[in-house]
Amino acid sequence: MSTFGSKRIVVGAHYGLRDWLAQRVTAVLMALFTVVLLAQFLMPGELGYDRWAGIFSQQWMKVLTFVVIISLAYHAWVGVRDIWMDYVKSVALRLTLQVFTLVWLVGCAGWAIQVLWRL
Amino acid sequence: MTDATNSKAKNRPVYRNIHVTEIISYRLPPAGVVSILHRISGLLMFLLLPFIIWMFDTSVSSEISYESFTNAFVAGIGFVPAWFVKLTVLGLIWGYLHHFIAGVRHLWMDATHSVSKEQGHSSAVITLALSVLLTLLLGAKLFGLY
Repeated sequence: MSTFGSKRIVVGAHYGLRDWLAQRVTAVLMALFTVVLLAQFLMPGELGYDRWAGIFSQQWMKVLTFVVIISLAYHAWVGVRDIWMDYVKSVALRLTLQVFTLVWLVGCAGWAIQVLWRL
Repeated sequence: MTDATNSKAKNRPVYRNIHVTEIISYRLPPAGVVSILHRISGLLMFLLLPFIIWMFDTSVSSEISYESFTNAFVAGIGFVPAWFVKLTVLGLIWGYLHHFIAGVRHLWMDATHSVSKEQGHSSAVITLALSVLLTLLLGAKLFGLY
């Protein structure tokens, strides 16, 4: 599939497939994260600050949480963009909402990563 | 398309490009309810992301911030009363559960091609029942009923 030159494919049907697949792959990652977190959460012992923060201060958990933050941002981008595309007919308003969505998600991801990495 | 041409089907009300005012009279099947709630729950969590990250931030950053995290459920956050904080968290719990279960349903349908009318109906009913049941269970814990 050529994306440049005279034989390039100008219709973008595979962009939809890519987003569809990305949404599912990121969903599986987040579901796995939920199970991993829940398993640690339900471990015996009193759940106070030490144990809770301890879960996220393990290096492997940090890496996994980081991957999940990025996955969540991508997943939410595809989903929320779909909502705007389906219900908002005005191009100007839709573009505004899409830009807001991107800013919102990048900002939130940055904040979450900052919290995670200073642990 | 043969269904559309027989006389029985002709008398059925036809909805195309449903207007907002027609939503009430449009009887959505359970799968349709799951679908629209999947969107609503997703958007809800998207809009509440800063609150979720605030909870993550305060609960893990330090023992002092952990104190303010637990205090949010007792004394509230600033001018926001504790019951509203709990209600918001309850909304998030429902949103997460519904989105999670409906998402697993999607993946299951993708993987096993379980797309018959009956399977769609029963799995939708299970999704709705399970998410509400688990929300009530966790909600009772959140509001200190057990």
